[in-house]
Amino acid sequence: MVNTYDVVIIGGGPAGMAAALSARKTGAERVLIIERDRELGGILQQCIHNGFGLHRFKEELTGPGYAGRYIKMVKEDRNIDVMLDTMVLNIESDKIIFAVNPAQGMIEIHAKAVIFTMGCRERTRGAIRIAGERPAGVFTAGAAQRMVNMEGYLPGKKVVILGSGDIGLIMARRMTLEGTKVQAVLELMPYSNGLTRNVVQCLEDFDIPLHLSHTILKVHGKERVTGVTCAKVDDNRCVIPGSEFDIECDCLLLSVGLIPENELSQQLNIDMDALTSGPIVDQFRQTSMPGFFAAGNVVHVHDLVDFVSQEGEIAGAAAAQYANAELSAAEKTLKVSGINGVRTVVPQRISIADGQAQPVRLFMRVAQTEQRVTLCIESAGEMIQSRKLPIAKPGEMIVVELPADAAARCQDQITVSLKREV
Amino acid sequence: METVTRRLSCIVCPMGCLGEVTLNGAEIAGVSGFTCPRGEKYAREEVTAPKRTLTTTVRIKGGHLPLLPVISRTALPKESVIECARFLSNVEVKAPVSEGDIVCANILGLGVDIVAARDLN
Repeated sequence: MVNTYDVVIIGGGPAGMAAALSARKTGAERVLIIERDRELGGILQQCIHNGFGLHRFKEELTGPGYAGRYIKMVKEDRNIDVMLDTMVLNIESDKIIFAVNPAQGMIEIHAKAVIFTMGCRERTRGAIRIAGERPAGVFTAGAAQRMVNMEGYLPGKKVVILGSGDIGLIMARRMTLEGTKVQAVLELMPYSNGLTRNVVQCLEDFDIPLHLSHTILKVHGKERVTGVTCAKVDDNRCVIPGSEFDIECDCLLLSVGLIPENELSQQLNIDMDALTSGPIVDQFRQTSMPGFFAAGNVVHVHDLVDFVSQEGEIAGAAAAQYANAELSAAEKTLKVSGINGVRTVVPQRISIADGQAQPVRLFMRVAQTEQRVTLCIESAGEMIQSRKLPIAKPGEMIVVELPADAAARCQDQITVSLKREV
Repeated sequence: METVTRRLSCIVCPMGCLGEVTLNGAEIAGVSGFTCPRGEKYAREEVTAPKRTLTTTVRIKGGHLPLLPVISRTALPKESVIECARFLSNVEVKAPVSEGDIVCANILGLGVDIVAARDLN
């Protein structure tokens, strides 16, 4: 059986659903979302806390609430097909997709345009190499979140959390509310990478200690975790000898970073950005391979789902135009790069077609926390745009809108940098 | 009367404004540093009667998942949050449930309903 679609979207989370709706609105006749889980919504379904959708829906929703609004819109459109429990195995460069599910077995799907919205995965114990045996009870925070919020299992009774990003903080509160004792949260950096509101309402509210500039050296226990050895680190993140101490626990949760999930993009040899770990895209979220688009956390890890939805819309609209042969090929490409303290910039390319420059929104992350800096967007020695920032943190994405007239003044190379005020 | 200044990080939205509340004994003498009225309201509440929204799960029978996420319709007194979560760990509902359905009315007599955060069939 061969299925033919204008736009095929891989991943039914917030980026994928927004992309599907936007593709339809822009003129794609038939759209397909392929999702490997049993329902749409992606990671939102396990993020049961509130705080989602302030930009998009002007109200504070839970993760499932935010997902639910999009799922309803997707279901109302009869020209959007959804394949659940379906895993994409391979994609050919001519946009033939091979997927598999328990009901239909192997499926061949032909697409005019493909959008990658696979999201990201968590870094694991292996990625940070903690010494010790391999006892049960070591989980990534997101895996534990799914167990506690969706599957009905409690991963431990006495927990230590490594990493104070938002997922780590949210899980500290969640485990506490479920009756688990959270012994401590440890953070390698001298500051928390999570939002201040989460430090307040997830840790301070429950008197959970946060040890900054600390790491875990060893996991104890053979069959089951019995404790961890922690230590303080110096400014260069090196362990300070003599600062070691033990904490008793039966569970260790790791919240130590996210990596965009790009096996499919890499199989196609799409150009990747080594810093974001996502594909290099232009302002339409088109990758280096014509007709292949990407949006959401598969491109770069976002802070807010609202921006993920927005990126999905950009990719969805452009993919629909591509499928209908309405997306003009780029006559010229401007390269955008971050230097001097700006670690990542998305999009990494700006395509100029029909001689017309369009407004472009740039999403950036800085390499380290800086105070009183100016963000400078320059091209060929000319200052295109600048913005003063009282504070810039790696954990908070910076968004700058480049108006059409500013984009038109740019030459082949655009750099974004931080300049310290003197 | 003794004047005390408390620095507070607002938790209303992801901005996390850092502001100050000046207290003259139990009286609020001034609030500053918050960029929106919601922040000022939060600060006034936080020093007098702090409140938190509760999100947790309850057991559900006959649904495609064993758990239903729930949320307090409005914020609860901060000191009652744990007690409410413990109470809800013994609540069980039956599928189907729609987002917004009341799962537990007037929890612990606090005047706040706990409602379903999603549809579950």
